[in-house]
Amino acid sequence: MTSEIIIQTLASGLLIGLIYALIAIGLTLIFGVMDIVNFSHGEFLMLGMYCSFWLYAIYHLDPLYTLPLTAILLFGVGAIVYRVVIKKIIDAPMLSQIFTTFGLMILFRGLAQFLWKPDFRTVGNSVVSGTVSLSGIQIGLPQLTAGVGAILVTLGIYLFLTKTRTGAALEATAADKEAARLMGIDSQRMFTLAWGVGAACAGVAGGLLSTFFPIFPEIGANFILTAFVVVNLGGFGSVVGALIAGILVGVIEVMGGFFLGPQYKMGIVLCLFLAVLMFRPQGLMGKV
Amino acid sequence: MQFSLNALTRTACFLTAFAASTLAMAQQEIKIGVLYPLTGAAASTGAELKGALELAADIVNNGAKDIPELPFSGGGGLPNLKGAKIKLVFADHQGNPQIGATETERLITQEKVVAVVGAYFSNVTATSSQVAERYKVPYLNPDSSSTSLTARNFKWFYRITPHDDLFVYNFFEFFKDLEAKKAIKVGQIALFNENTLWGNETAKLENKLAEERGVNVVKSISYPAKSTQLTSEIQSLKSGKPQVVLQSSYLGDAILAMKTYKELNFSPDMILANNAGFTDTEFIRTLGQDADHIITREVWSLDLAKSKPLIGQVNELFRSRYKVNFTGNSSRTFTGLLTLADAINRAGSTEPEAIRKALSETNIDGKNTIMPWKGIKFDQQGQNTLGSGILVQIVNGKYHTIWPFNLATRDVIWPMPKWVQ
Repeated sequence: MTSEIIIQTLASGLLIGLIYALIAIGLTLIFGVMDIVNFSHGEFLMLGMYCSFWLYAIYHLDPLYTLPLTAILLFGVGAIVYRVVIKKIIDAPMLSQIFTTFGLMILFRGLAQFLWKPDFRTVGNSVVSGTVSLSGIQIGLPQLTAGVGAILVTLGIYLFLTKTRTGAALEATAADKEAARLMGIDSQRMFTLAWGVGAACAGVAGGLLSTFFPIFPEIGANFILTAFVVVNLGGFGSVVGALIAGILVGVIEVMGGFFLGPQYKMGIVLCLFLAVLMFRPQGLMGKV
Repeated sequence: MQFSLNALTRTACFLTAFAASTLAMAQQEIKIGVLYPLTGAAASTGAELKGALELAADIVNNGAKDIPELPFSGGGGLPNLKGAKIKLVFADHQGNPQIGATETERLITQEKVVAVVGAYFSNVTATSSQVAERYKVPYLNPDSSSTSLTARNFKWFYRITPHDDLFVYNFFEFFKDLEAKKAIKVGQIALFNENTLWGNETAKLENKLAEERGVNVVKSISYPAKSTQLTSEIQSLKSGKPQVVLQSSYLGDAILAMKTYKELNFSPDMILANNAGFTDTEFIRTLGQDADHIITREVWSLDLAKSKPLIGQVNELFRSRYKVNFTGNSSRTFTGLLTLADAINRAGSTEPEAIRKALSETNIDGKNTIMPWKGIKFDQQGQNTLGSGILVQIVNGKYHTIWPFNLATRDVIWPMPKWVQ
């Protein structure tokens, strides 16, 4: 066992962890602002992937360059979903909310299957392809780009939330809806914004994944469980928590899988998750 | 004049009656339940299988005039049932054993199908055939290779494909031939499989046979088919330094594994795949050149048409309809429905017991099928005893038969090139 393998494994875990984080940030944002668990979040990821794919297939635009477009489009989808569906159930019992977002998940999957068939698609020749070799460690260029992209977007979201007035308003709504409304913050606008940004995060993650992951209608299912674990672990509503937890889950999954056996990798992640829930039920960065 | 008018009336009456009766006969339909993954992760495979079944049903109902070797190529439905046509009733199990079972129940109790064909995934076949067994309805399985399926001593279950025991046995026979003919010795293998019934049973068997044949298993790794990454798995494989990886994967994980092999620069001498994802049309389409040189076990290959024209002719029918060639999966499913149609026809009845009896007496010559088999004949447990497997290698994006050496259309390329080249 050489240190090379360990560093290689660590790097792979870190890169996939950053993607987990980006997906989870969208989820945690929506929850943080309006206490709704979005089960259709994985489908936003899927739509982001298809968006990148079709722009690539039809206009030969590289997924990397079309990321802003994907983000805007998915922002639109998120905002529309809020306006058309979620707005109506915002004060409904939690169970109705769960069924609604769960229903959306099935609807999106069904739609994708209807529109684009269940075929697997891939982006063949992205500008980011091949591997880079850093002192004996092989890192896929698409994975590296995706990891860096995820960091940048996360940083952007963080700055937006902490440095801008709109971000502060969003945070205020998350902290206390009623108080924020009394201060003149339009909560409907904030909710729409949260859904838009949440969907855009998943969409961008999808765009980044599309350069190395096969695209098919069910793809959301592969990531959503991990995304929920990350959100829980990081603390519901915490962007920084999601980032830390995402990286943690990615690294533990890969390292644990390598040292203890791949069949245990998800088990290890879930054990850590349970441990955190036992000793810090609010998650790593969650507020009590 | 009077006479001829009378004759005319009589003839007209006769003709009308005849037309009415043939119409009545033509309207008689035999419902066959079909259970496949039409949505979900394996939906693209399901769509191909659906196409193969529709083509088979169409041949029985409407004929395929230029292919006389094929049973029912004359068309006109099942002759012993007054030309009754086959009607397929599709059900979607989504890759879920539970849904498979309930859908089978629906097909039998509500749709009143006379037999069930399905279900691709071994675990779904296991649950759904249990339902058919309970209702005493014949269940024909063309394409699930888990060995345990025919070890249950079911009375109503019939399988035409060879099972995993035989396929895995083929791998080791191939190693033996490789050593004898080409002086290539395989001594270190790794096992890599998805962790449902199919993958795990294959791995168990591979372990057993490896031990018997004195081949060293350096790693044995199973993973969930819905993995988001396979880095630790493949890193672990790599550290074992195997000559050959024996792999059992469905489509999504097969593609992900191949991409990760390349990313981590893992280059064994050969990846010997256990069909499934590696023979799906999407596999080569998605991976392009990166799919080259993989060897996979198969039951069918288009290049066999050189020695058996029937294969090419029927494939042409399929391709003209669906724009894709047959695969090992769709060719077996096609053969499965024709086998069932043959049994129902011989039974001359839609009574389950009559069909079951006819199935157990099935004896189809290999030359009347599109499979490279000796034929179709079931043993006591419902297993076709005349099936066999082949190995194919992907070269320039096409599958070429490379083993058994006497059927080979191309020499095996061994070892496969390293990724860095």
